[in-house]
Amino acid sequence: MAKTIQELQTVATQVRRDILRMVCKASSGHPGGSMSSTDILTALYFNEMKQDPATWTRDGKGQDMFILSAGHMTPVYYSVLARAGYFPVSELATFRQMGSRLQGHPSIRKGLPGIFQASGSLGQGLSAAAGLAAAKILDGDDNFVWCLCGDGESEEGQIWEAGMFAVFHKLDNLIAMTDWNGKQIDGPVEEVSGEGDLAAKWEAWGWRVIVADGHDFEAILKAYELAKAGKGGGKPTMILWQTEMGHGVDFMAGTHKWHGSVPKPEQLEDALKQLGETPLGDF
Amino acid sequence: MKKYIDSGKKDTRSGFGAGLLKAGEANPRVVALTADLKGSLKMDSFAAAFPERFFQCGIAEANMVGVAAGMAITGKIPFIGSFAEFVTGRVYDQIRQEVSYGNTNVKIASSHAGITLGEDGATHQTMEDLALMRALPGMVVLNPCDYNQTVQATLAAAAYEGPVYLRFGRPSVPNFTDPEEPFVIGKALVLNEGKDVTLIATGHTVWEALQAAEALEADGISAEVIDIATIKPLDVDAIVASAAKTGAVVVAEEHNMAGGLGEAVAGVLAAKRPTPVEYVNGEDRFGQSGTPSALMAAYGLDAPHIAAAARKAIGRK
Repeated sequence: MAKTIQELQTVATQVRRDILRMVCKASSGHPGGSMSSTDILTALYFNEMKQDPATWTRDGKGQDMFILSAGHMTPVYYSVLARAGYFPVSELATFRQMGSRLQGHPSIRKGLPGIFQASGSLGQGLSAAAGLAAAKILDGDDNFVWCLCGDGESEEGQIWEAGMFAVFHKLDNLIAMTDWNGKQIDGPVEEVSGEGDLAAKWEAWGWRVIVADGHDFEAILKAYELAKAGKGGGKPTMILWQTEMGHGVDFMAGTHKWHGSVPKPEQLEDALKQLGETPLGDF
Repeated sequence: MKKYIDSGKKDTRSGFGAGLLKAGEANPRVVALTADLKGSLKMDSFAAAFPERFFQCGIAEANMVGVAAGMAITGKIPFIGSFAEFVTGRVYDQIRQEVSYGNTNVKIASSHAGITLGEDGATHQTMEDLALMRALPGMVVLNPCDYNQTVQATLAAAAYEGPVYLRFGRPSVPNFTDPEEPFVIGKALVLNEGKDVTLIATGHTVWEALQAAEALEADGISAEVIDIATIKPLDVDAIVASAAKTGAVVVAEEHNMAGGLGEAVAGVLAAKRPTPVEYVNGEDRFGQSGTPSALMAAYGLDAPHIAAAARKAIGRK
């Protein structure tokens, strides 16, 4: 059942707590991008995707499917999946441990429910999502395929190959998203690659483009409805989410430095205090 | 010694095209994708018969691999086709993550493999693809030797659940295997029994090995000829049994030394039955422009070179 905006905010706060506690427990992982995409993934899994954890199968028949192309964002992905009921929340404590189903980057080899495809080597997930979307059209399966990419990731040429394929094959059941936080490991995207205006680029590629605030749930839900309304129009949709790396914690926000770094114990304590506790409870 | 007859030269890629059409007729889950090489891969008849199951990807092989993986996740059986270099070396990381690690039921149709691609020269002639594909955990690697066997190998690949690398070639070559012989993945075929030396060959070199065996027989040397149509998983028992019988082995392949069938066989024999081994392969070189047959001779991959290697192996017993 769809959640209210207040309920979504509560889940998102808990997810951010999970992200920080997971990476601190594992002493590794990628909190920055996870925190910039927390709100959009929370809204996606709780309010937008047609999905049922109880009947989940990898072939995704009769349900929406999701590919995390920017595979390093596993902290947010696993937290959202667990909070949505795909596996026990307590399992988040095993993140990046030997033998865990919660591998550093998504793996289909450990049998973790909710994971459709391996990712981590960047630039590949949008192609897999396009394949899912093309197959759904071939099968007359009327559900959506969602995909989340990073803006840094979009420096990979394969993203643009997939972009061309999706337009050529009229994949209007494909809704791709970019976590447009403007940061990547080595610094601001504009100082690393000069990627430029993603909206203009995707429009030139022939996609429907929606630009929205990725931290405002009203804007997020509105953008999702707009995206879904594109079905039948013969074009894939790209939502460019304007987000902030490390969003929600003052010393982590807006800098690339937390892409793949882990807070120290006293920083974790400070961050959790800033986020506040929720009734959902920590893992 | 059984004498094999060429029923008329045909290219193995046409065997793939015929097999793909049959697989598509037998199973609606079969789909085909190409990166602007539909004609070269002989996918025309499949595309004409099943236009909705044929996907033109343009010259974008990396994306094609990912799209195929996505389709496989939903239950399709995708065959992706391009030249061997462009569906291996160019997209190694995509195959590793999306197909091998992702364990998707994708069939990599790899045409124009080896030096017999010919006139286009070294940029297009991969002699390293078997090494790359063998290295991937769980990847099945098939390298059939003629048209008939390629038809059957394509059907076997479609029926097998899991990633398959299916390698074949461009030129017309002798067609001599039984068209009704079903392809069993992982099984070596003893084409001729012999007692003095074992000639292990794969792909285009199988016919050359048969010719070498005839030449050796004329000199009173009895050669066993084994067709390794499945390079991975390798039929270890067949190789060890034959080496135990003959005591000398030649491995012939249209591929370089590093990571090829020769090293695979040597590894098996070193562990289980140390035996003198001689190699017929591209060594550590790039190819060049030329006709397929001229290149096979110039790079030492034809029957006379296999026969010479057999004499050398016997001399080391």
